[in-house]
Amino acid sequence: MSQRLDVAAQWRRVSPKYVVVVLVSSLIGGVIAAAIAVFAWLVLGWGWAWIALIVIVVIALVQLIIAPRRARAIGYQLRDDDLLIRRGIMFQRFVAVPYGRMQLLDIERGPIDRVLGLAELKFVTAAASSRVSIPGLVDTDAAWLRDRLVELAEARRTGL
Amino acid sequence: MTETYSAATGLADGEWHRMHKATPFLRGGIAIVAVAGVIIANLRERIVNLFLGTPDYPSGDPVDAIIKHNFEWPAIGIAVVVIAACVGVFTLSWRVQTFRVTNEAVELRSGILRRQERKARLDRIQGINVQRPIFARVFGAAKLEIVVAGHDANLDLAYLPSKVTETLRREILRLASGVRAEENVQRDAAGAPFDSPAAPAEGGGSASSSLRGSARDVVADRVDEFISPADLDPDAAPPASVVRMHPGRLAGSLLLSGPSIVMLLIVIAIIVGAATGRLWLIILIFPMVLSLGGLYIRRFSKAVRYNIAGSDQGVRIGFGLLTTSSETVPPRRIHAVELLQPLAWRPFGWWQVRMNTAGHTRGRNSAGESRTTTLPVGNRRDVQRVLPLLLPGMDDVVRDAIAHAGMTARADQSAFSSAPGRAAWLRPFSWRKTGYTIADGVIVVRHGAIWRRVVFVPLARMQSVEVEQGPVRRILDLASADVHLIDGPVHARLPVVDVRSAEELFALAGAGAIAFAESEAEHGTPPAPSNTGRDA
Repeated sequence: MSQRLDVAAQWRRVSPKYVVVVLVSSLIGGVIAAAIAVFAWLVLGWGWAWIALIVIVVIALVQLIIAPRRARAIGYQLRDDDLLIRRGIMFQRFVAVPYGRMQLLDIERGPIDRVLGLAELKFVTAAASSRVSIPGLVDTDAAWLRDRLVELAEARRTGL
Repeated sequence: MTETYSAATGLADGEWHRMHKATPFLRGGIAIVAVAGVIIANLRERIVNLFLGTPDYPSGDPVDAIIKHNFEWPAIGIAVVVIAACVGVFTLSWRVQTFRVTNEAVELRSGILRRQERKARLDRIQGINVQRPIFARVFGAAKLEIVVAGHDANLDLAYLPSKVTETLRREILRLASGVRAEENVQRDAAGAPFDSPAAPAEGGGSASSSLRGSARDVVADRVDEFISPADLDPDAAPPASVVRMHPGRLAGSLLLSGPSIVMLLIVIAIIVGAATGRLWLIILIFPMVLSLGGLYIRRFSKAVRYNIAGSDQGVRIGFGLLTTSSETVPPRRIHAVELLQPLAWRPFGWWQVRMNTAGHTRGRNSAGESRTTTLPVGNRRDVQRVLPLLLPGMDDVVRDAIAHAGMTARADQSAFSSAPGRAAWLRPFSWRKTGYTIADGVIVVRHGAIWRRVVFVPLARMQSVEVEQGPVRRILDLASADVHLIDGPVHARLPVVDVRSAEELFALAGAGAIAFAESEAEHGTPPAPSNTGRDA
């Protein structure tokens, strides 16, 4: 009887298109790793490299299969005074950051993000371990969210 | 613009002031010593000859070469030009290095070719540190370091006459905490701050009399410098330290700390080396023994004159024997306090107290270490005396009870929650003592078996809170929780906690972080009614 960690909230999910980002990036990673393994096997003649190749292919396949779930597991909620974030299926992580602790906001777009019109919002506090980011936001959502968060943080600023 | 420091409090008047006259020599101290060393090494024989008059000393030093080539006058000319240039640059760099303290900020301007202006806003000051390196103490100078959050963001007023640093620190802190009005009244009444109103007749003659007395006083001042404790206050007696450092206990705690394991290995290696006749082993190891010994001596001399006291401007922590340092941390700048007990200290009941503050002296060097260590070693009673200074927001009874429970009581009779028995799979020795409690807006976390830790985090300082569950913890119905803090030696992490308890912690800490930050913003600085120096 294993109990899942859970925090009750009305989670807002990220764009369904984010699945593509996860798929493509795990595919690229898998292909590169597989290529290295094939190179080691056929060119360098390392006999055990084919085992590594199988492991890499299996990991890549598993990643591709769980990609939609991974993307769906990401959620955020703007509560009255803090931002709530969840990520992960195997390793679940919940973080609550009061708006007043915001130091700066970053919007980042990777190459795949740009093609799909997505962005990643990073919420930076004075603590390095906070690591709060919401990937897979539609561009307009990201901009709106950034402005909203800045506005909320401004009203609740606590300084350092 | 004034350069006289006889009136100490005149420095925080919003005008530009200069540094101590010996500043260039102290800043370039090592370079000057190195240059002198090279010159002396080259002319060693000649100097010996000059004093002892050996008739036929071996020639071949640079002076001989100069004489042989008939190059005396140009050489002397070059030397004069070089010295003049050095003195000129030094004087210029001293002249352009100025600072001022206004109602809003401390500002520093420096640099000849690259002008630098640095401004530290008073409401962003995380602490003020008075450092007296041994070399500077000889000149009666000290460094005032204004600590601001951010990497390498500190503003150093180096160097100031050590007599005024203490007063200046108090003035800056007073400005920062908004106790400005009272200060203004005093200054207006007294004219010059150090002229006592009771003796106005002396005012005219004071300059000349101080000049005459100065030569005699200088010697006495220097002697005073070295005898006086780490943070001697020239006019107002500093509050007495609440803890006295016992040299024996300090030595014991150092011997029972991490480096001693290396020392033990070295001793074993030496014995083995001697027994088996491999003497090269000893030669190989000897430098390590020296450096370890140096480490012990450094740590001991730093901590032996440790003192801590509360003042109306914050907590004062003093360190150091030859190079002294004394820091004042204003209230609400302490983000976390940790009580730490390594395994070897347990039989003696010793604890160390450390804290997280925003802003650090350069990286993790030895100075940074001493800044975060609030009590190098002490027994439970010492800890109970130090904690009220560091956690002024907590009720005395509650704090004492929690600290006592955290340091001693077994899980079943303490205020702390306890991890369930199945957590023994992950933390076989410490699961019983892994838990948390929240009281008076402070979350207290304790955990650890080899290093026992009790961590106090005021919720108003907490940055964010996290709960996490991986596959192993899911099988065991457990989770881990982490209260995120600003960078520092202290971390508030609960490695194992019941799932429901973790969810509860997440909710409580999250709500508390908001509520207490808000109530603090409404009530302002606790000790003084604040009207300036804070954001609207």
